Formats: sequence, C-alpha cells, structure tokens
Amino acid sequence: MIPACRLEDLPRGEAHRLDIDPPVSVFHTDDGELFAIDDTCTHQDASLADGWLEGCEVECPLHASKFDLRTGAVDAPPARLPVRTHQIVVEDGTVYVRLSTDAPNLPPCVSARLAGGAA
Amino acid sequence: MVGASLAGLSAARSLRQRGYDGRLVVIGDETHRPYDRPPLSKEFLAGTLREADLALERDGEELHAEWLLGTRAAGLDRTRRAIRLADGREVRADGVVVATGAAARTLPGTDGLAGVHVLRTLDDARALRDDLARGGRLVVIGGGFVGAEVASTAYALGLDVTVIEAAPTPLAGPLGQAMGAVVSALHADHGVRLLCGVGVKGLGGEHRVEAVLLEDGRSVPADTVVVGVGARPCVDWLEGSGVALDNGVRCGADGRTSLAAVVAVGDCANWYDPGTGSHRRVEHWTGALERPAAAVAALLAHGATEPGVPRPPYFWSDQYGVKIQFVGQAAGADSVTVEEGSTDDRSFLAVYRRAGRPVAVLGMNQPRLFTRARKQFGTAAS
Repeated sequence: MIPACRLEDLPRGEAHRLDIDPPVSVFHTDDGELFAIDDTCTHQDASLADGWLEGCEVECPLHASKFDLRTGAVDAPPARLPVRTHQIVVEDGTVYVRLSTDAPNLPPCVSARLAGGAA
Repeated sequence: MVGASLAGLSAARSLRQRGYDGRLVVIGDETHRPYDRPPLSKEFLAGTLREADLALERDGEELHAEWLLGTRAAGLDRTRRAIRLADGREVRADGVVVATGAAARTLPGTDGLAGVHVLRTLDDARALRDDLARGGRLVVIGGGFVGAEVASTAYALGLDVTVIEAAPTPLAGPLGQAMGAVVSALHADHGVRLLCGVGVKGLGGEHRVEAVLLEDGRSVPADTVVVGVGARPCVDWLEGSGVALDNGVRCGADGRTSLAAVVAVGDCANWYDPGTGSHRRVEHWTGALERPAAAVAALLAHGATEPGVPRPPYFWSDQYGVKIQFVGQAAGADSVTVEEGSTDDRSFLAVYRRAGRPVAVLGMNQPRLFTRARKQFGTAAS
C-alpha cells in the first residue's frame, strides 16, 4: 500500500496525484467518496487530476474523454481504453492506495517514450 | 449519415443510444473508417502515433451501420427522399444527417507541382510526412493553427522552417491581436522564421516546388510547401436541393436545416448561436463531438425538442511542446487580461471580457487552471 495524502488535505471536488510511474490520482468526489485511477488519459498524454470532476466521472482536461471513477470505463470518447482503478484504504486519516496488478493502458505516445522512444 | 468522420460517427452513436434501431447507412468520400484528425499535424506527422492509433471506433464497437466508403454524395433529392452518389447509386432515407465537413483551401495555380501540400486528410498527412522525411527547407503558407502545428512538428524533425502569414498578426481572428501575437511568438522562440503582413504571389519551380514568391518581390527557397489557408465547407453537393446554404448549411440552434428530416453537424454546419443571436460555423473537434447529440434528438423528435444550450466552443493546439487551450469567442471582446502566470513564461491564463463579462478564456501550459476556468465559464454562460 502506498500512502497518498492526509484525508484532511484533500477537500471534496479535488484530486491528488501521486508521482509514481505510471502516476495515479486519488479523487474526492462532491459526495465524499474516494477513488483512485491511473492519472494518465488513455487517449493522449494528459493528467486526469487536472480534469473536470463531476459526480463519479472525470473529464480529461484536453480532449473531453470521460472516465467512470468507479470502474475506469470510458464514458465518452475519444479515449477507447479504460483506465485502471486502484483500491483505496483510509487508516488514521491517511489515504492509502493499493495498486492494481493489471497492465496499464497508457496512450501510444507515452508507451513509446517508456519503451525508449521507439515509435 | 453523409460524412464518416467525427461528426458523422458521433451522430451514428447518438442515434443508436437514443434507441433508433432502423437501417443506418454511413456514406464517406474517404476510403477510411472514422479517424481522428487533430494528430495529423502533430503526433502522426511526427511519427509517434501510427495509423491504427487514429481510429475513433472502439474495439468491438458495433453500430450496425452499412458503411459506403470511398464514394462521394453528389446530390440530395427531396422529392424522392434520396441521396445520389457520385458513382450513380442512390440511397433512400427517412432522415439525413449532413456531416460532409470542410476541405482545405488551396492556392490557385499550384496543381501538379510536387512538394506542395495541404493537410486535412490521412492521405494528405501520409504524403506530407514522406516529404518532411527528406529534410531541408519547409515553407508554411498561413500562420493559423494547422500551419503553426505543422511548423512546430517540422522544427522538431529538424527542418529549416519559415511561416508566411498575410495578416499583420497570425491567429488574430480566433485569439485577438494581443494574444495572437503572444502565441505566434512561439515560432521565434524556436528559431522558426515568421514573415507577417505579406501575401504570396505564387510558387517557383518546374516540376517540384523550389521557392515561394512573395508579393513584395522576395523569394523564399523551399523544398516542401504546406498551404494552410483555411477550409471551405463541403456543401456544393446540396446546391439546388432545397437545403438553405449560407457559409455551409444554415441551421437552427439544434442543427435543423430548412428541410424537414435533414440536420447538419460538424464543420459544414453553420449553427445558430442563441448566445450571440447570430449564425456561426464552428470548425472545432469538440463541436463535432458534442453537437450531433442535439441534432439527432431533433431529427428523431421531428423537431419537437427545445434545443439545449450548447457548451461554449472549445479548442486546443499543441505547438513546440506548449499546450494552448481556448474556450468562448474572442470576437467582440473589449479587453483581455492575464490573470495567472505570465506571457513571457509561456504559461498563463488570460480572460477576454466584453463590457466586464467574460466571453473567452485562453490558457497556455495551464491545463488545471484552464479546466477550472472553463467549468466556471460554462456555468456562467448557461
């Protein structure tokens, strides 16, 4: 489990990005629920923590793809692949993330970069 | 569905989502299934995205549509309620979505000269990519977004790049004079020459382009030329059909045209904007994505719906690693103020106002702040 942040430091309607590789973001919805998903949009390189949080959905800040925070599913294109979801545990006021063991769906430009620039 | 790009695909999806289970025919003049055009001037041209990455349909997505690709619509016959195709076939329809988009404007008298490109389609992008791989000198005619993105990509590929813009300031239309100057200063930041306020007289070269000849007598040597001087709506095929045309297809606030059971969406559609009380043809990707839902609702309800308020027009651009985002309309603004960051750092948020009321927001390398501003802006505007 990775400690993400103090719950009191993450107000409702806000997101906190963990700068791990690939980055993961914790969202605190207006209804008080906590979700963790991969931070990078599966369409192109953009941080979903910078996006538009509404209900249980986040809209990518660049091209308006929408992802369901509960399932990671694509709710609106242009993204075609889901983001991974991660488990959240809150203990003693600290938000922890238990990372998914699935392979991430990173956008082609990011995958190419991680592979050493071979595109 | 006449048109098989983003607007046509979005309309097809909306029809199925709204429970339309009848026959659905999608007519497209390109041979390709729907693909994403914005990367054509950026990642695809740079080689970091492959063709397969451009597909707009999801794996396994099934719209139960018949795709008539590589064939152009030649006419609409209102009495027979049919689309006539250029290859002689005819498609009967109870409802028509016009999504024929726009075509790149060209320079007269440049046909047949090798090394001269426009950039609109996948085939255009393939051809340009092959020419850029030759290296050398690229001259981009037109300092708009397509021209600026091509210049940026070619610069990153190591070419010697010159941009020629007829107006005194590039991007003054979409961004206004002040911010047009700020954004187009990115060229100089990277050693790309920008020549403004000078028109192009013609191109030099016998079989392959060798130079761009300017109206002031200068000649700019070129191995490859990209003409990025805007696009015109593809609506010639509707002449005489009874569908009213005026800078594209003239539409109401929900895409309805002058003919019943015909709606128009995307770059070819000149929608009525209730906010300004005028018609506006928006050539933005997000408009092609979002507006078909309203048009399809009007089509299925036979016009019995009240059009909702569309989200304010939004577009983005990527140049020289800088993220540019814009929402609203700069035209008509009487002031623009930088509210966060600084233009010198190429990282800022600027708000356009008219009589004190925000009418547009520009962000440069500020996706988080921009999203917040856009959200507030959308709420305030509706």
